[in-house]
Amino acid sequence: MIEMQDVFMTYPNGVVALNGISVKINQAEFVYIVGHSGAGKSTFTKLMFREEVPMKGKITVNDQDISKLKWKDVPYFRRNIGVVYQDFRLLPKLTVYENIAFALEVIEETPKNIRKRVMKVLDQVGLKNKARFIPDELSGGEQQRVAIARAIVNRPSILIADEPTGNLDPDTSWEIMRILEEINSGGTTIVMATHSKEIVNTVRKRVIAMEDGIIVRDEHRGEYGYEI
Amino acid sequence: MKFSTLKRHFKEGARNTWRNSWMTIASIGAVTTTLILVGVFLVVILNLNHIANKLEEDVQIKALIELTAEQTDVDQLEADIKAIPKVDTVEFLTKEEELENLIESMGEQGQAWTLYEQDNPLNDAFVVQTTDPLDTEDVASQIEQMENIKSVNFGQDYVDKLFTFNQYARNVGLVLIFALVFTAIFLISNTIKITILARKKEIGIMKLVGATNSFIRWPFFVEGMILGILGSILPILIILIGYYYLERSGVTIQQFNFVQILPFNPFAFQIAGIIVGIGVCIGVWGSLMSVRKFLKV
Ligand SMILES: Nc1ncnc2c1ncn2[C@@H]1O[C@H](COP(=O)(O)OP(=O)(O)OP(=O)(O)O)[C@@H](O)[C@H]1O
Ligand SMILES: [Mg+2]
Repeated sequence: MIEMQDVFMTYPNGVVALNGISVKINQAEFVYIVGHSGAGKSTFTKLMFREEVPMKGKITVNDQDISKLKWKDVPYFRRNIGVVYQDFRLLPKLTVYENIAFALEVIEETPKNIRKRVMKVLDQVGLKNKARFIPDELSGGEQQRVAIARAIVNRPSILIADEPTGNLDPDTSWEIMRILEEINSGGTTIVMATHSKEIVNTVRKRVIAMEDGIIVRDEHRGEYGYEI
Repeated sequence: MKFSTLKRHFKEGARNTWRNSWMTIASIGAVTTTLILVGVFLVVILNLNHIANKLEEDVQIKALIELTAEQTDVDQLEADIKAIPKVDTVEFLTKEEELENLIESMGEQGQAWTLYEQDNPLNDAFVVQTTDPLDTEDVASQIEQMENIKSVNFGQDYVDKLFTFNQYARNVGLVLIFALVFTAIFLISNTIKITILARKKEIGIMKLVGATNSFIRWPFFVEGMILGILGSILPILIILIGYYYLERSGVTIQQFNFVQILPFNPFAFQIAGIIVGIGVCIGVWGSLMSVRKFLKV
């Protein structure tokens, strides 16, 4: 569960990115965040992940008040949240398997568990046969699937996806959506910022629309609602 | 920390050291230069200090008594000298004993002095030792002002000069070494900064998936440590070999009453230990400096 109460966020350069946000997202919900470029979608997701700290307001994630989180506790908090970006962020020299295993190695998981979980998650995103490939040998959609696999390998309760289909063609995007829905059906909350009208209007979910740092619309089974 | 994790950190650290070979060589060179100077400086300063201390232990005041003094005056003098609080021992030395000492100490040439045995030109004297060698000068001047004292002399003069020189050398050396240490730290921190920049993406992903700061920091510590240790190898060899031959050549400086330099074992090994220690500190400090600001995300 994610809850924000009256959250304000100003970047150090003075840009006001969020101007009073209050919202509640329940466990296992699938939420789209839509809005024009610069509306504050990415900032909104960054706050949930403690990549940015709000100037004002309270953010609760899984019953934990993260505005009060100490620096040293942040890494442990993050282990409960998976993140996927438009640009995949894979390590180019590591294989698919190593890229995913990396996420478990750095949180000091045992080698035995690492092997087991990586294989399982590779199966989940349908890339078992490409475990030994390096990112450059994969299509964009496959790379994004690796990134998703890495994000969920630690079995987080929340998956944040900031424009996960932003760099992908429509066919590949549908593939990614199918995987995200599958993950969601397993009980993982998904918060996805997107510019894709097709996706939002086809795979109907809750839609939160933002403009100039505030929420202007919040509907269940909503529509994209903007012309592109 | 798990053993497998530690192994991983060391592997990473070693790989980074290897990867920016040019910067690595530059910073190892800086550490090496610094540590050679630190080593030589320590050897010189500690030995000079050792010699000065040894000499100072031997510093005695010799107060020559006027020939005209009567026995009662001498007794009075002895009582007065003993009454000075800082005085440890007072020994009466007859002029005959003194001549004997002199003849003995001069060896061959001393034979000429035997002529004086009949008509001894020397004075009776008190040999005074102070509790603290540093009070020697003070006590000497007090005795000098007493009645029936002809003159006072003591070996403090060149011990003082030695101490002064030593202090001067130490100050100049410290300034030089601080400058060098900071240069070395700066170079190491830059070397590591390059590694960090090269691995910025990797670090970003580590933070993304919840790696702790100390986990991220470790390989850079290791890299700094490796640079420090590699930089201390040559200085240690130079000090060990150099000091070994220096001691074997048996340098004893005549002016310093044949005081020996500090023995190779354990002194040279202690210096070697200090050199590695400083090397590691420089390395770790350098890495700390460059890692710190990259982790604030
Ligand atoms: N790191 C930053 N420093 C300063 N200002 C920033 C930073 N990141 C974002 N901003 C500003 O904050 C505002 C909101 O940005 P944000 O990235 O949240 O928008 P967005 O809705 O994700 O846009 P897009 O659809 O283009 O990704 C913008 O005006 C942006 O310029
Ligand atoms: Mg954005």
